[in-house]
Amino acid sequence: MNTLSMDASAPNLLRCYWLEAKCEFLRMVRTPSYAIPVLAFPLVFYMMFGILMQHGHDAAASRYLLASYGVFGAMGASLFGFGVSVAMDREHGWLTLKRAQPMPPGAYLLAKLLMAMVFIALIALLLVALAVGVAHVTLTVAQAMQLVAIDVLGALPYAAIGLYIGTRMGARGAPAFINMVYLPMAFLSGLWMPLQFLPAAVRRLAPVWPSWHHAQLALGVAGSTTEGAPWMHVAYMVGVAAVFFTLAARRLRRVG
Amino acid sequence: MDMNSVRLGGLQGAVKSYGPVRALDGVDLDLRSGEVLAVLGANGAGKSTAISLLLGLALPDHGRADLFGESPQAIGARRNVGVMLQQAGIPPTNTVRELLDLACSYYPQPFGVLESARMAGIDDLLDRRYGALSGGQQRRVQFALAICGRPRLVFLDEPTTGLDIDARQALWRAIRALVDAGTSVLLTTHYLEEADALANRIVVLDHGKVIAEGTPREISARVARSRIRCMSALSPELVATWPGVDSAAREGARLQVVCEVPEPIVRRLLAEDSALSGLEVTATGLAEAFLALTRADTEEAA
Repeated sequence: MNTLSMDASAPNLLRCYWLEAKCEFLRMVRTPSYAIPVLAFPLVFYMMFGILMQHGHDAAASRYLLASYGVFGAMGASLFGFGVSVAMDREHGWLTLKRAQPMPPGAYLLAKLLMAMVFIALIALLLVALAVGVAHVTLTVAQAMQLVAIDVLGALPYAAIGLYIGTRMGARGAPAFINMVYLPMAFLSGLWMPLQFLPAAVRRLAPVWPSWHHAQLALGVAGSTTEGAPWMHVAYMVGVAAVFFTLAARRLRRVG
Repeated sequence: MDMNSVRLGGLQGAVKSYGPVRALDGVDLDLRSGEVLAVLGANGAGKSTAISLLLGLALPDHGRADLFGESPQAIGARRNVGVMLQQAGIPPTNTVRELLDLACSYYPQPFGVLESARMAGIDDLLDRRYGALSGGQQRRVQFALAICGRPRLVFLDEPTTGLDIDARQALWRAIRALVDAGTSVLLTTHYLEEADALANRIVVLDHGKVIAEGTPREISARVARSRIRCMSALSPELVATWPGVDSAAREGARLQVVCEVPEPIVRRLLAEDSALSGLEVTATGLAEAFLALTRADTEEAA
């Protein structure tokens, strides 16, 4: 049973975390209202705007959109993966039951984070496959791996924002509200088209959005032009994650 | 009281308010080993709040809650405890096996998936998704999740609400088997027959206070009543003043009298109304006993 643990009064915690993540992943993969849009949006958009609309082999746009739709995919998987499911779990009592059970601390949130990261990695890999296979973007293996890693690690600020929304909204309102955050933020961060095609005010506002910083990191790896220093982008994203996570944690402690 | 029983936890002077509503108003509650304790009360009496405090889901405003000598919020304390709440919100897309496997992993010495499924009578449902199950089957899955960790103490918050009679009795059998194996149970219910069928001890909560405590027999004896019905012209206002009569009322042509000992009242009714007919005496059940208890309290409060 539990031969690895020295303490007979405690279960094998690694196994708890693993099963928690596995359950969460299987739950969401079988939830079409989550899995289909989260996977399909970035891929279909990439095929339309990154491949079909690029007459010939315009590697620059295909390259740009490979990076930006990867970020877009990370946003969707994390915002919806946290926001909607946390709102549902709060409203329907699953979170209460989990808190009453001897679930190890953090397992609930870690499971959701890992679930979202698996989805993001899947989206990133499929985008890379489309870019290389269909759009003929040239990419080294190291570049592809870095892109996947940046997409996956970039989940943190969106996860924290999603979590906070999930602690504030009911299960019915959460999806609509998240769309109101998700789609405008993606557009205003230049994920659908480069910011130089957008009004100056939008360009000036862009550094507010964590997804703009995330996109700069991804664009840098994909070989497009970027603004700002990488460490600043990372710091900003970590800061946003910390702020929203703190707000959400406080809300969860107080209200449940 | 069984001298061998050990105190497992409980509430001491627990007070908990939600906004202006005082859900618990100074409740003492002891959970003892080898015991099925039924916490009875109407909706809003404070049963679920008591459970929340005992499980560490909420902290008392005053007083204290403890489990196995620790704060209920300590994970070590809750590793001895299994839980079935009223609202489970279990993800519908997970299979029963996945859910049980996960719940088992939280405990140091769980029964395991197969054994807990067998105990809850859901062995044939393991590979079904939770959302595809009937209400009764879902309840049994929740019961399996509560017992799968080989807990020393199980909290069952209104376990059979909404179940049909067969499903309810199946769950009662499962609870009895669990108790026979040495698990202690705290059960909340608003079904008296459930408390009567399962519990060694009953605590009646009303408006956040303990208004009665004892064995099921003691509780019903405390408030056992008889109801006399007859066709009579006697005025209920008059009958209500007779010694030994709790209450008298008119239901259409019938006079209804509630009392503790019916024989002297029947004798007097027959003596005072020679035209009396359709006499009928019934013992009030536990349900009426319970109603009498909570009503008396409400009237005092009013």
